[in-house]
Amino acid sequence: MGRFTTWFHRMGSPRWFFDLSRPWLVGFLAVGVTLLGVGTVWGLGFAPPDYQQGDSYRIIYIHVPSAHLAEALYVAMGVAGIVVLVWRMKLADMFIAVTAPVGMAVTGIALLTGAIWGRPTWGAWWVWDARTTSVLVLFFLYLGIVALRQAIPRADQAGRAAAVLAIVGTVNVPIIKYSVDWWLTLHQPASITFTAAPAMPPSMWVPLLINMVGFYALVAAFLVAGLRNEVLLREADAQWVRDWLERAS
Amino acid sequence: MSIAVAQVRRDFLVAFRARADAVHPVAFFALTVVLFGLSMGPDRQAMGELAPGMVWVLALLATMMGTDTLFRRDFEDGTLEQLLLHGRPLFVAVLAKLFAHWCVTGLVLTALSPLAGLMLQVPAEGLPALAGSLALGTPALTLIGAIAAALTVGLGRGGMLAAVIALPLFVPVLIFGAGASLAAASGASPAAEFLWLGALLAAALTLAPFAVGLALRVSQEY
Repeated sequence: MGRFTTWFHRMGSPRWFFDLSRPWLVGFLAVGVTLLGVGTVWGLGFAPPDYQQGDSYRIIYIHVPSAHLAEALYVAMGVAGIVVLVWRMKLADMFIAVTAPVGMAVTGIALLTGAIWGRPTWGAWWVWDARTTSVLVLFFLYLGIVALRQAIPRADQAGRAAAVLAIVGTVNVPIIKYSVDWWLTLHQPASITFTAAPAMPPSMWVPLLINMVGFYALVAAFLVAGLRNEVLLREADAQWVRDWLERAS
Repeated sequence: MSIAVAQVRRDFLVAFRARADAVHPVAFFALTVVLFGLSMGPDRQAMGELAPGMVWVLALLATMMGTDTLFRRDFEDGTLEQLLLHGRPLFVAVLAKLFAHWCVTGLVLTALSPLAGLMLQVPAEGLPALAGSLALGTPALTLIGAIAAALTVGLGRGGMLAAVIALPLFVPVLIFGAGASLAAASGASPAAEFLWLGALLAAALTLAPFAVGLALRVSQEY
């Protein structure tokens, strides 16, 4: 077996993950909290106001990272779903179980901050624009996965059913991404892309970038913590978990 | 191909003998049309402007209700297990099953939709587009709804859960279906929406049966 396949098989072992992941948790948490602190203070306090929107634009420092994560986490669940169905990897199944509620929360934050920003900018709390609607749909897709998992009593079966649904739902994510171009209604196209220089000055987009990375790191910390709990719960009967609990208490 | 023909013949026979399963969604559609008509007040003009979209929502909900019985009987009497075990392409069998189901639900709803539109004051030039968009849209809805039905078939009361799972996935079909009907009713050309509906149906036809097959295999383990 090559090194990659060995690593891949090890990755699938909940115990291996549990033994290794504690420093990851601490690292992600430290990076996430630090960057979010710096980015948020910079963005809210020191970045220049927008010439059109004044100070109301500052909500992007929360809105854009959460909206970005809302989509990215769903795609990650779709990939994990394929891993569950093809390799029956337990850890990927646990990843979906842990990610669905977290994804639902960040999607909720994106919707809420979007509504708060929309009130002064568009003059309405809610607009049936293509992109806002798609993010609302994304919220319900997360809800569907959480609901399906809760309804199925057997853990492994719930995991595979949720995997199928995650893959099916991932088909929706490109529709979200491109709906802006298809229907081009109220929501402006993405301000930051990888292919073109941003239309904002650096004093505006650097804190946004910092918050973006901070959000990712913090959510990664949540996911690692959730996965560690899930491993302990699912392997509660295993000897190594009992030993670990004995040492921990 | 014989598996498809056999499946369609068998499902038509079962649908004919268990007529209630096919009648209920249609009755639900007719009743909700009446309720909508009664709830809108006497302004015929306002009703006619909203009705194409509303007929679409009602047909969507009726299709959703119809998919609840799609696999339940087969799951309970063991036929579903045979479907998974017979060794012929599951894709074809699932597609045939969904086609038979659509013929007794979606097709009937499509045929009834001009009548529902007429009662709800949809202008005459909007009726062909309403029926046409439902003819393209309801098969796509059946295909997508079948995924949710297959995922929840083993759970005692799956109906509401299946709705929570399927309804968000219906959104693109609804947007273009209702869009086509509304455009035609207001005198614009619905061609673009029809092309999108066709694209969604083509995607659903080629992808959904795989997902349904996978979901059925997962559900059969309960």
